[in-house]
Amino acid sequence: MTTQNHGTLTNLTLEIWRQTGPDDPGRFVTYEIPEISDGASFLEMLDILNERLIEAGEEAVVFDHDCREGICGTCSLMIDGRAHGPQRGTATCQLHMRTFSSGDTIVIEPFRASSFPVIKDLMVDRAAFDRIVEVGGFISAATGGAPDGNLIPIPKPVADAAMDAAACIGCGACVAACPNGAASLFTGAKLAHLNLLPQGQAERFKRTEAMVETMEEHFGSCTNHGECEAACPKSISIDVIAVMNADYRKAKFKNRKSLSRV
Amino acid sequence: MAQTFSRGPVSGTAVKQDGKRKPFLLDLYSTAVGKKYVMAITGILLLGFVIAHMVGNLKLYQGRTGPGVYAMDEYAVWLKNLLYPAFPESGVLWLMRSGLIVAVLLHIHAAYGLTIINRKARSVKYQSSRDYEVANFASRTMRWTGIIVALFVVWHLADFTFGWVNPNFISGEVHLSVVASFQRVPVSIFYIVANIALGIHLFHGVWSLFQSMGWNNPRFNVWRRYLATAIATVIVVGNVSFPIAVLAGIIDHPAA
Repeated sequence: MTTQNHGTLTNLTLEIWRQTGPDDPGRFVTYEIPEISDGASFLEMLDILNERLIEAGEEAVVFDHDCREGICGTCSLMIDGRAHGPQRGTATCQLHMRTFSSGDTIVIEPFRASSFPVIKDLMVDRAAFDRIVEVGGFISAATGGAPDGNLIPIPKPVADAAMDAAACIGCGACVAACPNGAASLFTGAKLAHLNLLPQGQAERFKRTEAMVETMEEHFGSCTNHGECEAACPKSISIDVIAVMNADYRKAKFKNRKSLSRV
Repeated sequence: MAQTFSRGPVSGTAVKQDGKRKPFLLDLYSTAVGKKYVMAITGILLLGFVIAHMVGNLKLYQGRTGPGVYAMDEYAVWLKNLLYPAFPESGVLWLMRSGLIVAVLLHIHAAYGLTIINRKARSVKYQSSRDYEVANFASRTMRWTGIIVALFVVWHLADFTFGWVNPNFISGEVHLSVVASFQRVPVSIFYIVANIALGIHLFHGVWSLFQSMGWNNPRFNVWRRYLATAIATVIVVGNVSFPIAVLAGIIDHPAA
């Protein structure tokens, strides 16, 4: 048996945003956490708080979560003014209480953007991302028998760059962290992921124009602060935004040319 | 979770549409990314002007080239008669001036449009304080430094082009007008503050334009920040040196 060398945090104060529904103005409510293991994840800490609230007959704090292993993109939260909390390259579910100290006051707010309306408490509706993906986040592929592996040669650096962009889990931290509520990192990641690969070429320019313009119906514009990159749990580089901006310009010209052939 | 978004059809995709489409450039400018291109391209034009303006003003240090003839005034005459007689007198100068006026108006219009879009994108602000990780002072204050620079340009024209706020202004006598203006300490202080604002604006703007235009190459990306720092520094040091040199009595003038 290995001995668990976990410590305990004491006297934590939580300031949690409570909002009964989309039309409620909402408010911060203070909760005390007298004792918590520093091995607990941030969401486990909220689970423990919720169990206590339910036992006391109060309503549990609503928050999004699913896989709890940092790959599904469901968890969110602005923790002390940062999307996904103070640790870089980490989703809230992978954030552990050892990041904090005894006596800390932790402020928890939902992600905020006009296109991320609050559903309840800390849960927001991120369906606007689905609208962006719907219009171009796919490729055309021949059906039938499975093709041989590695049939399409792709240079390694290109495959790596596309893979880095494909790491996006669509959590919305980029929008939450952006002072302008822009979704450029998300859309840029989706575009870089598909546009860099040979499989994505058929729809490349149609995709770029459609996804960028759908993004603009819901979100703000990029002013190159770089906050999205810092908040991204997958540390996706703002290079993908430059890829998007370059491809959008090409798309405008190419699609205009295609239009004349329709 | 059933939430419906009302949105029109995505414009400009390669699908035949009914009715007329907007003219290409207007269609592009109506998008936020298009406005960012305009910010970047007009920014490059204005940056070119700022660099040329600073370099030209270094003529102040040359002082007199002959009795009563200042290098600065000769440079002004050369600028006025650029490419004369192939072009009419002041023709090229006015061509450049109109380009700059259009660039300034577009830069401001696009910035205004983007600001409105961005305000709408987060109608309910964060209720707790944000902890910015990488956004720097320059990037957070672009609107303010931009407004300061715009107001400064108005003053600057009133001071050295029209002479409204310069009691010792003599049309054509650029060198003497500049020296007379900068001998007033409050004017020099305003000029220095405005140029520091310009430097801060350029520090973010020069880096930012590469991102907006999508000029991205992993090999050179690190140089974008160096370039922005270098340009901002050279512009601020050059421009701020003029009023300081006048006040310190380094610049040649009749009383010296």
